[in-house]
Amino acid sequence: MKLKALLIASVMALAPAASMAGNMTVGFSQIGSESGWRAAETTVTKQEAENRGINLKFADAQQKQENQIKAIRSFIAQGVDAILLAPVVATGWDEVLEEAKDAEIPVLLLDRTVDAPKDLYMTAVTSDLVHEGNVAGQWLVDAMNGKPCNIVELQGTTGSSPAIDRKKGFAEAIAGHDNLKIIRSQTGDFTRSQGKVVMESFLKAEDGGKNICALYAHNDDMAVGAIQAIKEAGLKPGEDIKIVAIDSVPDMHLAIAHGEANATIELTPNMAGPAFDALEAYLKDGTVPPKWIQTESRLYTAKDDNMAIYEKKKNLGY
Amino acid sequence: MRQTLRSAFKRTTPQLLILAVVLLLNFLVFPDFFSIKFQHGRLFGNLIDVLNRGAPTALLCIGMTLVIATRGIDLSVGAVMAIAGAVAASLVVDGHGWGTALIGALAVGCLCGLWNGVLVAVLRIQPIVATLVLMVAGRGIAQLITEGTILTFVNPGLIQLGAGTVVGIPTPILIWLALGLAVTAVVRRTALGMLIEAIGINEGSSRLAGINSRVLLVCVYLISGFCAALAGVIVAADIKGADANNAGLWLELDAILAVVIGGNSLLGGRFSIIASLLGALIIQSVNSVILLSGMPPEFNLVIKALIIIAILVIQSPTVKHALYIIRASAQPIVPPETPKELKESTQ
Repeated sequence: MKLKALLIASVMALAPAASMAGNMTVGFSQIGSESGWRAAETTVTKQEAENRGINLKFADAQQKQENQIKAIRSFIAQGVDAILLAPVVATGWDEVLEEAKDAEIPVLLLDRTVDAPKDLYMTAVTSDLVHEGNVAGQWLVDAMNGKPCNIVELQGTTGSSPAIDRKKGFAEAIAGHDNLKIIRSQTGDFTRSQGKVVMESFLKAEDGGKNICALYAHNDDMAVGAIQAIKEAGLKPGEDIKIVAIDSVPDMHLAIAHGEANATIELTPNMAGPAFDALEAYLKDGTVPPKWIQTESRLYTAKDDNMAIYEKKKNLGY
Repeated sequence: MRQTLRSAFKRTTPQLLILAVVLLLNFLVFPDFFSIKFQHGRLFGNLIDVLNRGAPTALLCIGMTLVIATRGIDLSVGAVMAIAGAVAASLVVDGHGWGTALIGALAVGCLCGLWNGVLVAVLRIQPIVATLVLMVAGRGIAQLITEGTILTFVNPGLIQLGAGTVVGIPTPILIWLALGLAVTAVVRRTALGMLIEAIGINEGSSRLAGINSRVLLVCVYLISGFCAALAGVIVAADIKGADANNAGLWLELDAILAVVIGGNSLLGGRFSIIASLLGALIIQSVNSVILLSGMPPEFNLVIKALIIIAILVIQSPTVKHALYIIRASAQPIVPPETPKELKESTQ
């Protein structure tokens, strides 16, 4: 009897300790490192975990769903406190999420969502792609302040959801402002070299670029390529042609610092921060987070200290 | 000499005609297409862009033509481009000069070619499988070199190779023209070209005839690797950075397509590098039509596919033969006056 009481007492003493963030073990199944942003997300997630004293178990799936499923199963077997998942595709997760639920391990989705019943995961932390396009469009509306402006648009990979949504958001923001007009729109495949090639043809097709007043690129890499094309055509990027893009990669901040670009909207690599916040709140007093946590789409312009941001970001793995 | 020029012209007539038609299409969608200006110390115009942007494909198809002439194929060229770009970028970032970077990248390209050549010629693995190995693994190797980032550099010498000009002409144009002419001269002014064709037509007999097919095959893949490395350096220099994920992505397919549009058979044998280079220019001109037309990007691949199917159908042996029959049978039976009279009588 005494022994039993002692056991109960010790379990009760241990229980809150186990649920405190300090001793938490979290598994993170990452897609891979297909882009600089993805590499930065991994780096930031590891930093966030370290700062909070969370023991992070990291698994790189090398773009394969079966590797992610394997990783989640091994996290369940190890009895982690929570699982972070950046899903490579949207479908096919029901079974493994069910297993996690049976083991009472909360799953938090990062950066992308899945097509599965909402009760199978705790929350999804993603950015709003349409909103990002919206912020870019709004910046141009404010910067032009009613002056007429011909815009060229460098789209992402045709048919990809960032390309569709960032185009939509931008179009919504400039709708109703008759001074702003998109005169050419073509895909630059999200790459620097295609961004440069397509911008070259835009410049030639629009009277050597004299007819173009602003460039909107669906990502910073294409904008960086386009900046080179504009320079080679003898124009001043940032002045003759205003440039706004999305992602906030270090090289874009460098360009803004040099006056060669005007604005970028951050797709934050820190998806893990809000996820850990939600998790800690849940474990502390059972606060159930909303099913969708939207990350901030912050606008950076020449007013910010872009050199400092460049220095801070350049070692994140972009 | 005049004889060879005439036969070369005859061989490339279909490609020249197709190129003329595609350039005309460009002119129709954008009337200023042929205007070339000299501004900011460089030639500036759409025609220059076609020559300049066609450089990577043109360089790749020089090596690819030789490989295909031996009845082989090299799928690894796109990945080799990524590796070479990564090597060049990491060398200049480490503080070496652009010359060292260029030589280092070309040496790595040759090494990749050697690897393919040994797999094909010595271990007798089918070329499509042998080169697939490096196609898949190469991008991973390039990623390891750049550590997963876009490795940017500011070395003016290296940038000059991709984005610079020599007497106003973009450097890539001069590079692919020079290499194309040099390789053509070497294979055509010596027996080398004939020996390569012999391997492609019947390797067994050519070996019995005393051709050292093994060494020649290795050399052909080595040249392909060299061309790919040069293309990779140009692409990296152009954007002042090595993008291991995207440099040369799917470009091996464009290079093979250029060789096919150039009228070279994938079954090996007779080849023409000049025709392949014209093929590369045709592909780039098609890309130019798409960009200048201002159509939504959803149509890009459809338009490209339609134009290329048309080109291939016109060149197919069956259609050629049918055209020949129609022309031959039409001449004696229908004299040129007949349609006119018919037309008058019906009115």
